[in-house]
Amino acid sequence: MSARHLPRLIGLLALLLAACALPFVLSNFRLFQFSQVYIYAIAILGLNMLTGYNGQFSLGHGAFYAVGAYVSAIMMDRWNVPYGWTIPVAGVLCLIVGFLFGLPALRLEGLYLALATFSLALAVPQILKYFEHWTGGSQGIVLSKPSAPFGLRLNPDQWLYFVTLGVLVLLFWLGANLLRGRVGRAIVAIRDNHIAAEAMGINTALYKSLVFGVSAAYTGVAGALSACVIAYVAPDSFNVFLSVTLLIGSVIGGLASISGAVFGALFIQFVPNWAQDISKAAPWAIFGVFLIGFMYLMPFGIAGGIRLLWIRATRSRVQQEGRSAVPSQAHTTT
Amino acid sequence: MDIFIQQVVSGLATGGIYASLALALVMIYQATDVVNFAQGELAMFATYICWSLINAGMPYWAAFLTTLAIAFVGGVVIERVVIRPVENAPILSIVMVTLGLLVICNSVAGWIWTYLQKPFPSPFSPNPFKVGNVVFGAHDVGQIQVTLLVLLCIYLFFRFTPLGLAMRAAAHNPVSSRLVGIRVGWMLALGWGLAAVFGAVAGMMVAPVLTLEPNLMGGVQIYAFAAATLGGFTSPGGAVLGGFIVGVVENLVGTYVSFIGTELKFTVALAMIIVVLLVKPTGLFGSTVVKRV
Repeated sequence: MSARHLPRLIGLLALLLAACALPFVLSNFRLFQFSQVYIYAIAILGLNMLTGYNGQFSLGHGAFYAVGAYVSAIMMDRWNVPYGWTIPVAGVLCLIVGFLFGLPALRLEGLYLALATFSLALAVPQILKYFEHWTGGSQGIVLSKPSAPFGLRLNPDQWLYFVTLGVLVLLFWLGANLLRGRVGRAIVAIRDNHIAAEAMGINTALYKSLVFGVSAAYTGVAGALSACVIAYVAPDSFNVFLSVTLLIGSVIGGLASISGAVFGALFIQFVPNWAQDISKAAPWAIFGVFLIGFMYLMPFGIAGGIRLLWIRATRSRVQQEGRSAVPSQAHTTT
Repeated sequence: MDIFIQQVVSGLATGGIYASLALALVMIYQATDVVNFAQGELAMFATYICWSLINAGMPYWAAFLTTLAIAFVGGVVIERVVIRPVENAPILSIVMVTLGLLVICNSVAGWIWTYLQKPFPSPFSPNPFKVGNVVFGAHDVGQIQVTLLVLLCIYLFFRFTPLGLAMRAAAHNPVSSRLVGIRVGWMLALGWGLAAVFGAVAGMMVAPVLTLEPNLMGGVQIYAFAAATLGGFTSPGGAVLGGFIVGVVENLVGTYVSFIGTELKFTVALAMIIVVLLVKPTGLFGSTVVKRV
């Protein structure tokens, strides 16, 4: 651990401590909202790997979210599997589904891939209603919230908050290691210039479908967590808007940035609520204004905006490095 | 056989709607690489304006043309005011701005005109007419005629007028166009204006069938998106043909494949498009963009 990383590490620890303190100061409802933020953050990080780092468009991650949620719900409801086991199973299953979907998607680029994933998102609610025997049709499945184990004196909402926080930290740590290492460089190289990447010996087909799989796995885990936290799944909560919302979160937060996933999740969880408070008549108009306003102020997302401010503040030190670093970091291909 | 022809004609009629909106999407995409998600909602808004004009006592065709003019100005203004400031942002950020426009249009329309469904008049006679044993809806046939007329106008405009040529040049090669004195920024704004006009035509033609409400264009836009992708986002003619194909396929699948019915026909239409894309990844008529490495 070099001295350069020390301030960042301390900052992260402080944030984590603050997050651990939240359950004891906030109401259960607020806590539920924060659990939801963490779940969105996991899903957005998954989408970000695919769209931000690897340059593959997806308008269909709501589908993987739905698969994760239903796998978890069906296992809990039908087979009484403890919720803790359903989460990794959902992740692995989504990894496989995502990898398989990534194979044909190799032939498609940009908009065409966006359409393919988009139709996946459209199809999922209908398919879920079709297999009524398993999914309970449009009624959905009602679950019960798990209570805290080991006699911990926490109510279900507080316990689930800690579960989501734990999964979030674990997955972000894994994700950061994946993206900052050799594999991550290969993923970004494919985005920036796939022919050059191939010439350097990167197996682009394998990497692209693997990223698809990992991205789907993250989103699936998020879906499974949401089934636990909300304790209810229904086909109509996994409609196209979920996919679009996730994409909004990843762009607003900042593509190709890990912290951006959290900012994006905060945005998609809280801004619609604020919009509702400001105007009862046309809340989505306010949301749209917020969305456009954010893009005006920070075209590279919130993480990109913060990075720019940081560089401006410390310009004397990193002038050269900063100028070259920002556009390439925030760069996205279409 | 009669039913078949009937279904094909009504498929062509809805296909014309998809084609108009797909053309609007392709025009903006070709010039700026941006998919305008708000296209359908702008069309819905224009349709509401037309409805208000008719309700204020204006005759149908006068209201129709006035709406087209308003849509054109509206499209230009939106490009200048909303899209221009993010011109140099990453493409996905611009797409987010169009998503913002989408929710704003939808919400404001619901606010002004409420979410209640409103009947929208059709300019064509309500009586169906017969050719041999086949019955055609007058609105279907009229709709096809209007679409074809619009397409013809737009073809003539782009093919034979200096302004059309300038717009094509600006979309094709902005840097060189600027060097020969074309005002590329304004050409883009005009493109947005024209796209809004196509959208408005689609909206006013589809509203009598679906009845007017703020979510009028949601489904239509998805089909238009599919049509543009099927035909190839780089080819306006392809997008138009894609629109007609999607319309006809959707209708025939819904009619003849019994286990699919009306519920799943949407999914099936999209699945077929994806199969086409897997064989021909840039759409039926799209050209592969050759990139310099």
